[in-house]
Amino acid sequence: MNIQNEMKLSFESRSINEGFARSAVAAFVMSLDPTVSELSDIKTAVSEAVTNVIVHAYGDASGTVYIHAQITDTGRVIIRIRDKGCGIENVPRAMEPLFTTGGEDRAGLGFAVMQSFMDKVSVRSKEGKGTTVTLEKAIIRRGRNDSRR
Amino acid sequence: MLKMQSDEKNLTVFLTGELDHHKCSEIRKQIDARAEQERPALLKLDFEDVRFMDSSGVGLVMGRYRQMSLLGGRLQVVNVPENISRVFRLSGLERLGVM
Repeated sequence: MNIQNEMKLSFESRSINEGFARSAVAAFVMSLDPTVSELSDIKTAVSEAVTNVIVHAYGDASGTVYIHAQITDTGRVIIRIRDKGCGIENVPRAMEPLFTTGGEDRAGLGFAVMQSFMDKVSVRSKEGKGTTVTLEKAIIRRGRNDSRR
Repeated sequence: MLKMQSDEKNLTVFLTGELDHHKCSEIRKQIDARAEQERPALLKLDFEDVRFMDSSGVGLVMGRYRQMSLLGGRLQVVNVPENISRVFRLSGLERLGVM
């Protein structure tokens, strides 16, 4: 498996940039000719990960969100969302559905959505240093005559 | 600007565009202010024109469900497009009887 294409992106942890982040990753993935549904899954997962950085990793402070996206020659998309924020004290607990420290209007479903919409989700975190969330998804290759959804 | 419509007993909110954490933080206060003022028997959230939603949209619904319970009214979610219904299905919100 070789990396065929990649892009890096960094931006300020402002909530207005959530839309920019998922749209930028979606635009990058377009070269694989994903279906509407595959693209929507990726946008949703990226939106969850970036929102976690803005709401939890940096909280009231401001910081930088780093995205590194790669496409492999087997049609796999690998997206790393990294921050230098507070880190996650207990990663398994943070990934439990409905667990949240984000106040009453947060559903606690961020990681559940990422896991449901992507093939693989992994989290590396160190308290006081930051967190990296890696999302992976295979984009199904179709022949030229396939109909597009 | 958020479009809202009220009649005698109901308040309907027409949600549009991309419902993420940024957008939800903005509209939440507008919905709550209007609901507190009018105290409708039924608050309807219309999702017909929502193009994208992540779990922040689920949070928005859960928060309004709690608020309507406090105000003694009901909440209903209507016209959810197929492409965003997956996030709702994951949330288990159907069990609250609002969908």
